[in-house]
Amino acid sequence: MTFSIPPDMQYSKSHEWVLVDSNTALIGITDFAQDELGDIVFIELPSIGEILTKNQIFGLVESIKAVSDLYAPLSGTILDINPTLETEPEQVNNDPYDSGWMLKIELKDLSEIKTLLTADEYGDQTS
Amino acid sequence: MFGDMNHFRSNSSNWFFRTQTYKRDNAHIYLLAMIPRLSPLTPFHEQMGAKFTTFGGWKMPIRFGSIIEEHHCVRTSVGKFDVSHMGQIFLDGNDAEYLTNKLVSNNVTRLKDNQAQYAMITDHQGVILDDTLVYRNSSDSFMFIPNAGHDEEMFLRWTHFRDEWNLDVTIKNSTSEIAMFAIQGPIAVDSIEALSSDTLSDLKRFTTTVTTIAGITCTVSRTGYTGEDGFELLLSSSDAVTLWKSLNFPSCGLGSRDTLRTEMGFLLSGQDFNHQTNPRNPFEAGVDFTVDLNQDFIGRDALLGLNPEELAFNFIGFSLPGRSIPRPGSAISNEAGEQIGLVTSGTLSPTLNIPIGLGYVPPSYSSIGDPLQISIRNSLKPAMICSTPFINL
Repeated sequence: MTFSIPPDMQYSKSHEWVLVDSNTALIGITDFAQDELGDIVFIELPSIGEILTKNQIFGLVESIKAVSDLYAPLSGTILDINPTLETEPEQVNNDPYDSGWMLKIELKDLSEIKTLLTADEYGDQTS
Repeated sequence: MFGDMNHFRSNSSNWFFRTQTYKRDNAHIYLLAMIPRLSPLTPFHEQMGAKFTTFGGWKMPIRFGSIIEEHHCVRTSVGKFDVSHMGQIFLDGNDAEYLTNKLVSNNVTRLKDNQAQYAMITDHQGVILDDTLVYRNSSDSFMFIPNAGHDEEMFLRWTHFRDEWNLDVTIKNSTSEIAMFAIQGPIAVDSIEALSSDTLSDLKRFTTTVTTIAGITCTVSRTGYTGEDGFELLLSSSDAVTLWKSLNFPSCGLGSRDTLRTEMGFLLSGQDFNHQTNPRNPFEAGVDFTVDLNQDFIGRDALLGLNPEELAFNFIGFSLPGRSIPRPGSAISNEAGEQIGLVTSGTLSPTLNIPIGLGYVPPSYSSIGDPLQISIRNSLKPAMICSTPFINL
């Protein structure tokens, strides 16, 4: 089975994706991650304004069979959360890179970006 | 008709069965080596992209696609499950009935030929070791279905007491030679009947017949674990792939089997009771109807000494508002926040779209509508006791 790994995004080893746009970033979980979890039925996200530190647990994804923590791939302040996921968590299964986005953050330390995996590197990890 | 289950055997002479008495299934080899046991369909499931779990020592598909979609298939039309992890122990001989009746909580003497009965297997303290369906094949021929990972244990238990009591019973663990499918859903019976030369829709609940399904000889049992109508099919492992491919219904995994049975409030062996980690007697587990105290079975004396009105715990169903899913092992608290019990099963009900769970609380907290709190990730979530089944079929 092959999974979608958009080349314009960067990735964490814990299966979050990051789309950087100057000093902000969108964050979600990868196609591989949503497939591993199966039907997602509940997503708990932090509040706008909260400050995340790289690698801290920022929320959780609950599927029928399991609960998984979400890890901040970068440090920053939460500018926005995807309000749709409260009522339609399945958007993460349906479209993990677009309508299934989770957070938008203002980056605290741009040098952290280079710690992320490229699409190729992430592909090697999941293949 | 159940005598036709001889198609699983190559010989029926007494001499043959005597020599077979000590032929054990190879389950112990797998247990020692910690290698998962495989369904005859495992390679085929792998090709189909199933996701797997290890359950009772077996590597089995947990889902083929979406658990929720598989669940809805079974509630609205039909789905097929590979349940080859279920055990099959055959008992033949003059004392087959006596031995079985001594080792299960129900009364197998009431079974007519080709009938099945749900029963508990209890220890001397009345604690459940496993739950099972006992099938009577003929007057001196029985089969029972232990749960995944219990076949060798139950084979040894029956053998031990057979030898201790010097009984005439041949005991054979055929788990590795038999595949088992569950075909469940409102159109399951019609769908299977269409593949058989026999009329199957008039087969009564908890009875069996032998017929061919898509050309494959099967024992067909009108039983299941989903709450829906349907059949369980027993067939030779060597025919498993052929028949599975002929059953043109959606494949369902153990994930939806679990959500379906949880909606019904059915016990899961090893989880809703577990001899080591969650010891329960049949009264606590809410399966009083499987206990015939007029029969002298192992565990009866202990159960006779219990007053069902004075149990420490009752098995209950509960639901939660919100979306947090209760998981096995979560604490159940009363309104004051004092822990009073434990969750043993929990899921999001795909039918109701709310979190539901099963667990044990003291009788004083176990009335329908009583408020509870469930500990989910270090916070207490309000819950309410519900009647089970959670759904009306």
